Amino acid sequence: MSQAVLETETAPAARMDLLRFATAGSVDDGKSTLIGRLLYDTKTIFADQLEAVEAASASRGDEYTNLALLTDGLRAEREQGITIDVAYRYFATPRRKFIIADTPGHIQYTRNMVTGASTADLALILVDARKGLVEQSRRHAFLTSLLRVPHLVLCINKMDLVDWDKAVYDKIADEFTSFAAKLEIGDLTIIPVSALNGDNIASRSENSPWYDGPSLLHHLEHVHIASDRNLVDVRFPVQYVIRPQSTTVTDYRGYAGQVASGVLKPGDEVLVLPSGMTSTIAAIDTADGPVDEAFPPMSVTVRLNDEIDISRGDMICRPHNAPAVAQDIEAMVCWMDETAPLRVGGKYAIKHTTRSARTVVRGLQYRLDVNTLHRDEQAGELQLNEIGRVRLRTTVPLLADEYRRNRTTGGFILIDESTNRTVAAGMIIEAQ
Amino acid sequence: MSQTKPYRVSHLDALEAESIFVMREVMAEFERPVLLFSGGKDSIVMLRLAEKAFAPARIPFPVMHIDTGHNFAEVLEYRDQRVATLGLNLVIASVQEAIDTGLVRELPDGTRNRIQTPVLLAAVEKYRLDALFGGARRDEEKARAKERMFSFRDEFGQWDPKNQRPELWGLYNGKHHPGESIRVFPLSNWTELDVWHYIAKEQIPLPSIYYAHDREVVERSGMFYAVNEFIRLRDGETSEVRRVRYRTVGDASQTAAVLSEADTVDKVIDEVAATRITERGATRGDDKVSEAAMEDRKREGYF
Repeated sequence: MSQAVLETETAPAARMDLLRFATAGSVDDGKSTLIGRLLYDTKTIFADQLEAVEAASASRGDEYTNLALLTDGLRAEREQGITIDVAYRYFATPRRKFIIADTPGHIQYTRNMVTGASTADLALILVDARKGLVEQSRRHAFLTSLLRVPHLVLCINKMDLVDWDKAVYDKIADEFTSFAAKLEIGDLTIIPVSALNGDNIASRSENSPWYDGPSLLHHLEHVHIASDRNLVDVRFPVQYVIRPQSTTVTDYRGYAGQVASGVLKPGDEVLVLPSGMTSTIAAIDTADGPVDEAFPPMSVTVRLNDEIDISRGDMICRPHNAPAVAQDIEAMVCWMDETAPLRVGGKYAIKHTTRSARTVVRGLQYRLDVNTLHRDEQAGELQLNEIGRVRLRTTVPLLADEYRRNRTTGGFILIDESTNRTVAAGMIIEAQ
Repeated sequence: MSQTKPYRVSHLDALEAESIFVMREVMAEFERPVLLFSGGKDSIVMLRLAEKAFAPARIPFPVMHIDTGHNFAEVLEYRDQRVATLGLNLVIASVQEAIDTGLVRELPDGTRNRIQTPVLLAAVEKYRLDALFGGARRDEEKARAKERMFSFRDEFGQWDPKNQRPELWGLYNGKHHPGESIRVFPLSNWTELDVWHYIAKEQIPLPSIYYAHDREVVERSGMFYAVNEFIRLRDGETSEVRRVRYRTVGDASQTAAVLSEADTVDKVIDEVAATRITERGATRGDDKVSEAAMEDRKREGYF
């Protein structure tokens, strides 16, 4: 075990930050092995878990310890040898805590990947060096770009099975880079690895002297994510109004919420939407006392100098930098319901930031083939896992930004009003 | 305020902000939430987060203890003290009472973990609870690794792992019909170590059994159980006094202690960081029954 890993035990917790990443791929690509390797190399797999997995592997007749069983926890998954749902895994190094959203490749793939990617800082895609890019790799890259995950890592796995041939790596890397150029991918890193043997996972491998980039773990630890946050556009969706009914605290009225973007400071002039009233920030409170600024992802309570009527679903922003106040929304949606398709004319509940409303689908411009990026403008509906561009009309205005500019104020979900199921994820293209 | 300010947020601050956001969402969207409080460290941390989420107001919902009757005295004492300090409304749903009235039947082995579930569900019905905060974490157990932050339960309180609502961004869907409810797990993304780091950072007092102390224990299948009114020596067993602490606090008849010298929060953090066994694996007899023990209990409506 390397020195870096041993330091985990005494690292001051206050200095670590948090990185969320989504992994995509199927068992065949070695994804479970790769995750197992990361957990193992950061001492996250516990002895009793390993014992349980070894026993389960043996009883299934697996020839090797099947690390997929670490994450495949449900009875049906073990029985069928498939992964049903997004599984969350955790590990930490002295620099960072990591949350992995591990999304399966077999069924309901798009729904799960979209879910995992929605909160991810980074997406990790695996390909098998022997097979090169497959349809699935392109789909993964497209969804990463659609969900605007800021960083993408392509791991070219099983390099040991192609004798660490640089030409194999170059060919796949070139092909992927030119495909990625057609998408909006901010930051791409390509790493040759062998998950099974641990090459270029926790440390640089001697098997790839021609590769001068970082190991996967080094990259995950060092990739710069602080600038991914939008610190420019002040957006504070009001979540809850705090008004203590108490004899000791009187006349307190605070607007609780999590900063979606921008930096708020006491004294700042603010605009409250949808009312259009203006005021200034009197104080920004937390349970630990007032703070002199608030930025994402802080949960705080804002007090204003003027008494204006503000409730849940309203948005605090700046007078010269405000989101659209819009009832007509153009958006890409990913349909997630297997019981009924999205249809033009369909009515749904919509949840956007802390605001809830109803909406009707006015139009479906096209359905997108996520493998070829072909647009089918004749499509009349969206089935489970299909993606398309829609036009929505909402009952009350949403306080919305383009998703590409703001993942929090640009994303929404649709809910079926009779079943209460979450049926779609939406990313706003235009709001007016 | 300089332009070069890094606007750093530590992982603990990020986790805290997420949990507070989740708690406020529940308060804003539900009628009758309740916080499940066992006196264990996770529910204690959850209670602190609730304090912080609504300050300077009081915690705006009651706390509920599903009381198995198999308690550690130190934990009950702690519970009552916290409730008094924070001015909380405490609801107790008693397993003993449920046995006395015939709602549930005592199991042959005398353990009460499993028969808590009907007691919990009866309380949900009686008080018409629509949201229940639980302290479960995804790192605890692999069935939990797939549970949502907002976990839908039907009118029988059942969890259907194949029919969970996708959770995107911070948009939680808490919609439900009358009689249905949502279990909410604000600590989903916390690990055992995060919980301990937070306890240290916030200087949260804990029941004393979480720290190393001398106790009369009996060793069974590699686990150390306290010898007391719930656990008596069987033929051929001998007890001994060992230095132990509890990593989890559950039904006193099923929760084992671990050998430990860690008598301060910093020493516990060092110990947890170095340990090679999960907390449930080290301390819970109830999880060892089968590979899917937790999944099965959750389907029935367990926490």
